[in-house]
Amino acid sequence: MVYLTRKAEFSASHYYHNPDFTPEENRAIFGKCNNPNGHGHNYTLEVTVKGEVDPRSGFVVDLKQLKEVMHREVLDAMDHRFLNKEVPEFFTQIPTTENLAIAIWQRLQTKLQKASLHRIRVYEAPDLFVDFYGEE
Amino acid sequence: MKAHLTRRYLFSASHRLHSAEMSADENLSTYGKCNNPHGHGHNYALEVTVSGPVDPSTGMVCNLVDLDGFVGREVLARYDLENLNMLQEFAQSVPTTENLCVEIFEILQRSFQKAHLDRVRLEETMMNSFEYTGGAESMR
Ligand SMILES: [Zn+2]
Repeated sequence: MVYLTRKAEFSASHYYHNPDFTPEENRAIFGKCNNPNGHGHNYTLEVTVKGEVDPRSGFVVDLKQLKEVMHREVLDAMDHRFLNKEVPEFFTQIPTTENLAIAIWQRLQTKLQKASLHRIRVYEAPDLFVDFYGEE
Repeated sequence: MKAHLTRRYLFSASHRLHSAEMSADENLSTYGKCNNPHGHGHNYALEVTVSGPVDPSTGMVCNLVDLDGFVGREVLARYDLENLNMLQEFAQSVPTTENLCVEIFEILQRSFQKAHLDRVRLEETMMNSFEYTGGAESMR
């Protein structure tokens, strides 16, 4: 088994708010991230796939195909977007880094050919990242 | 659904690597420059990884306010800008980055209740880092 990781960057804005909480609870739990006008991050995404090396091509995965899928499913949908308002997953879920990693996993999982998804890592900033490995 | 969250922190501290159980020559050959009696310092980068189910009401594994607060009080306040050799936990053991990594893991393991602790990773310089995930009886 060989693991291959491809990186991508995107920028998006978001805010954290749960309509079931009171305004005071929202502020207490989410702090500054509760500002309804949103704020932005430069996210770094690392997609790790695993598989056997194809003896003919020497590849675990066709990198060009992986890049295309990442662009289509993730970057086109999220880059330079307001996640709460423009990405359907976040109409109902809070766009935390945790939920972002899960949403990206779900978007990519069924779209990959040959290699299988091993890990989604999303950096919200250089000092914070989340790893998601699917259902554990 | 279970996710793993990693937060990175910086602190600076000094240490001297010297074992009372070794002769002066042995200390020098084992620790090299790090055996210099006056000590030397590093800018450490600490990564703490916690995991757990993502709470649907907050979207979080663990509120960063809680994690940052705990690490700030119990780890950074204890080690930042200190001489590690002067601290009680290194009275009997050598303050290598291995031992410091284990020590920090144990502080979190003992008292941080808000999420499961997966791993502590400690970078001593850009060139070397250490990880501890618990489990060993005693690494000291
Ligand atoms: Zn944010």
